[in-house]
Amino acid sequence: MPQTNSSEGLLPGLSDPVLDQQSVFRAVLYAVSHPGSIVALPVRLTPPAPLDPSTAAVALTLADYETPLWLDAAAQSSRVSGYFRFHCGCPLTARPEEAAFAVVADASAMPPLGLFHTGSDEYPDRSTTLIIQLPSLDNGEAWTLRGPGIEKSTVFAPAGLPGDFRTWIADNRVLFPRGVDLIFTCGASLAALPRSTRLED
Amino acid sequence: MNTSQGYNFAYLDEQTKRMIRRAILKAVAIPGYQVPFGSREMPLPYGWGTGGIQVTAGIIGPDDILKVIDQGADDTTNAVSIRRFFARTAGIRTTSRTEEATIIQTRHRIPETPLSAGQTIVYQVPTPEPLRWLEPRETETRKMHALADYGIMHVKLYEDIARFGRISTTYDYPVLVDDRYLMRPSPIPKFDNPKMHRNPALQLFGAGREKRIYAVPPWTSVRSLDFEDHPFEVQKWSQACALCGSTESFLDEVVTDDKGGRMFVCSDTDYCQRRRDAKEAAE
Repeated sequence: MPQTNSSEGLLPGLSDPVLDQQSVFRAVLYAVSHPGSIVALPVRLTPPAPLDPSTAAVALTLADYETPLWLDAAAQSSRVSGYFRFHCGCPLTARPEEAAFAVVADASAMPPLGLFHTGSDEYPDRSTTLIIQLPSLDNGEAWTLRGPGIEKSTVFAPAGLPGDFRTWIADNRVLFPRGVDLIFTCGASLAALPRSTRLED
Repeated sequence: MNTSQGYNFAYLDEQTKRMIRRAILKAVAIPGYQVPFGSREMPLPYGWGTGGIQVTAGIIGPDDILKVIDQGADDTTNAVSIRRFFARTAGIRTTSRTEEATIIQTRHRIPETPLSAGQTIVYQVPTPEPLRWLEPRETETRKMHALADYGIMHVKLYEDIARFGRISTTYDYPVLVDDRYLMRPSPIPKFDNPKMHRNPALQLFGAGREKRIYAVPPWTSVRSLDFEDHPFEVQKWSQACALCGSTESFLDEVVTDDKGGRMFVCSDTDYCQRRRDAKEAAE
């Protein structure tokens, strides 16, 4: 890691770690159990650029010393890595297949989902959860979602994803119960696409 | 908020809660799959709901309203002490009214009042593995789940039919979640199994001793195993509840004296009491 003075320019994390993590977790839990629903972030946070508040809040809520974190090229500044090292105490990894969580700040340049850890048939839970920051959660190409957590079907329209992303999700679904889970963030809102969700053509 | 001094909010430390929360998210993403987690020592023995308490402690916040039932009753020892535990360690409000609660922790029943979207029900689970009494080796049951090879469970149900003429399992009746994972619904009567199917509430399951968390997301298919010629059926009673007159609820048989006297009453005390109150108000 580059030498930086960790206290210099280090931005504060969640103001009340106990209750803020609880409320952020409940927002994430709601999002994962209602795929495609857009949930407002219940806390205020000023993370280092290029992170949005919801991207940082989800990572601060879920990551700790047990969960290696992978950062994409856009998020790989010393300020961002210092921020996560200080507030989460999590190890950073350069290998996506080792990561428990991955933060993608620039979705358009992200690697395929298949490069991340998809778990094993016996332990599908040992997979990567990706936190993908997007320019918008509702003005992209409209996808129709079905599956657990959705009453009939729902429309989700994330913007700023690579052109092949739909194929990646279909490939991820084929692996079920293996696969990665996706949390999409934008500004102070978030949505999720767990591996159980099916995309309609 | 008035919480006990010297404890973190909701008793567990933050790292434990994060570990439980990560397990819950994976459980929701893979409906019916049992996620291993680092179950902690709790201030009550295994078998008293340590798994359910840890799940509740992982999700509960200051705005939540908690209901706890034990066999349908809000006023039994286990239910009272768990409610009190969270009132003291998290300072949250508690209730006995099903529709008022945001989180319902339960042992062995699903309330008669239908759950609604946004509610979370947390089941206390003694043995999470549906195949455990058929195959004691964890390595083998894990492989069966990986391959969705649930033949031995069908053989077990078939042997029931061959021996007794019907499937004799009346509680903890195995279900298939989202047509993939075989799941134990915890020892709820099979009467409650249909309530799990496409329920708008989030269903979480915690097994403390066995260190497993699993989940059924809202609106998820939960099918009780059966055969075409022996379809799944729930219990029926010839009586109505002796107190509220309900013919639709799950009834407990209560012995009233030593001369063979007995009565049938609703197992869900909140449901029964509210029906009696409504009847009284109407008179």
